[in-house]
Amino acid sequence: MKLTMASSPHSHSHKSLSRLMLTVILACIPGLIAQLYFFGTGVLIQLILALVTVSVCEAIIMRIRKRAIWPALSDGSAWLTGVLLALSIPPLAPWWVIVIGCFFAIVIVKQLYGGLGFNLFNPAMAAYVLLLISFPVQMTSWLPVNELLGKSIDLSQQLALIFNGFTSSGFSLDQMRVGVDGVTMATPLDTIKTDVAHGLTVSESMQNPLFNQWTGLGWGWVNLGFLVGGLYLIKAKIINWHIPVGIIAMLSVCSAIGYIASPGTEPGVVFHLFSGATMMGAFFIATDPVSAATTNRGRLIYGAFIGLLVYLIRTFGGFPDAMAFAVLLLNMAVPLIDYYTQPRTYGHGVNK
Amino acid sequence: MSQTNNPLKELINEGMWKNNPALVQLLGLCPLLAVTSTITNALGLGLATLLVLVGSNVTISAVRNWVPKDIRIPVFVMIIAAFVTIIQLLMNAYTFGLYQSLGIFIPLIVTNCAIIGRAEAYASKNPVHLSAFDGLMMGLGFMVVLVVLGAMRELIGQGTLFDGADLLLGPWASVLRIEIFSFDNQFLLAILPPGAFLGLGLLIAAKNVIDAQIKSKQVAPPEPEKGPRARVTSLT
Repeated sequence: MKLTMASSPHSHSHKSLSRLMLTVILACIPGLIAQLYFFGTGVLIQLILALVTVSVCEAIIMRIRKRAIWPALSDGSAWLTGVLLALSIPPLAPWWVIVIGCFFAIVIVKQLYGGLGFNLFNPAMAAYVLLLISFPVQMTSWLPVNELLGKSIDLSQQLALIFNGFTSSGFSLDQMRVGVDGVTMATPLDTIKTDVAHGLTVSESMQNPLFNQWTGLGWGWVNLGFLVGGLYLIKAKIINWHIPVGIIAMLSVCSAIGYIASPGTEPGVVFHLFSGATMMGAFFIATDPVSAATTNRGRLIYGAFIGLLVYLIRTFGGFPDAMAFAVLLLNMAVPLIDYYTQPRTYGHGVNK
Repeated sequence: MSQTNNPLKELINEGMWKNNPALVQLLGLCPLLAVTSTITNALGLGLATLLVLVGSNVTISAVRNWVPKDIRIPVFVMIIAAFVTIIQLLMNAYTFGLYQSLGIFIPLIVTNCAIIGRAEAYASKNPVHLSAFDGLMMGLGFMVVLVVLGAMRELIGQGTLFDGADLLLGPWASVLRIEIFSFDNQFLLAILPPGAFLGLGLLIAAKNVIDAQIKSKQVAPPEPEKGPRARVTSLT
């Protein structure tokens, strides 16, 4: 092949792929610290399990495809998938949950479609949805934040829960989830949804010790952590601002309209923005450069529809949170969005 | 591929592999995806489809010279529907449990494109004995895929094989049930429709891999020497 010099302008980005992926992983750290503080070291155990599983899966597939293993592994994309999945599942879920999820994300969603750059869907979220519909009990067993726990769980107990299903003193995860007052605790989003369905108003539901004044205890901080990490990513020019802004703006507008229309059954803007996976989804998941829209206008549309779907599914759907579903649905729409938002080439296609 | 002069061998190859209704033509996906959650269901529906396919192929082939071309599709559909009704009543009488678990998918065999497809593509143009054999092979090819997919989904979903075989084969068959491993939780995805799509995709991929390997092993016959072609339009 003859390499010819094309005419200018030439621009070169000095970011290598592995550098990019590692920065995203590092930007997860504030959110990770918040999760560690509120939900205990189980998150770290899941993280290690995930990293080991994705590495093994990626290496085996590369071996089968007769490609070099280390270059594929060291670009960090598989590790990022593992980290995101580990941060999305309940910290004390059994070990096989994360292993199955990582296997599915890497082997089926990413490599069967041709590897990095060819996957239609976000691997971490496709795996999350697989796990959620396959193991609904394990995937919704979030412990309440540490300060509400009736019994404290140290590291060895957590290991026993993850690998055996029981602590050394014979408690199952379900028993550990029972809070101080002997009531099983769900996640804030789930609690609001159930209470509203039972005819309570949101302010009555918020009396539950799960909540502080604005949002779920602990969950607000986790979301704040991801917000900080996400803002750093935008500042470092790793991600564009369009997708997160699209998601957050649309979700705010929808929840504000909902709150104005029905303040009794709608938890309001702040709650929606700082609950569940909002910030993590907006900055870390929806911005996946492979499966997201690629034009700036397209990114805004893509983000706005994710925000809309998140609000609709959270409010009217059967699941408490919706980030994974919304991202996957919009992944499907990306070719269409890209097609209709092609930027005009300079000097061509002027409007008549 | 292999142009054998034996039409029966060619039909076997077509139905079971080269032109398999489920893996290559992708016909009849609705029952394929909906009822293959266990081997028993898959086998039951596969047998029913096989019988309908043979019956309709024979009948259509027998009447092919008397059916006017313009109304052939309604006639074919009526014949197929008649056979489906027979099968449905028979299953209702003899395998009631299976009849209940297959539910709407037995009458829906009428709409299985594999059947009308064979009627239109083969039976309406060929003599009775060949049409019967074609129906048998196409039906078998469909059934094998159903059963393999059912086995995959049952094994991954519940860790058993031949669960509920007594519904199809009578009380003795309950000994066939094999529990390979048991979980505390079912792997729901394998039992739900997405599992069927994933499973079928993997099966098709496996078939393509095998085909590619066969092709790469075959020694390409030496290209016959061609003279220089003067004009592109006159293909030799």
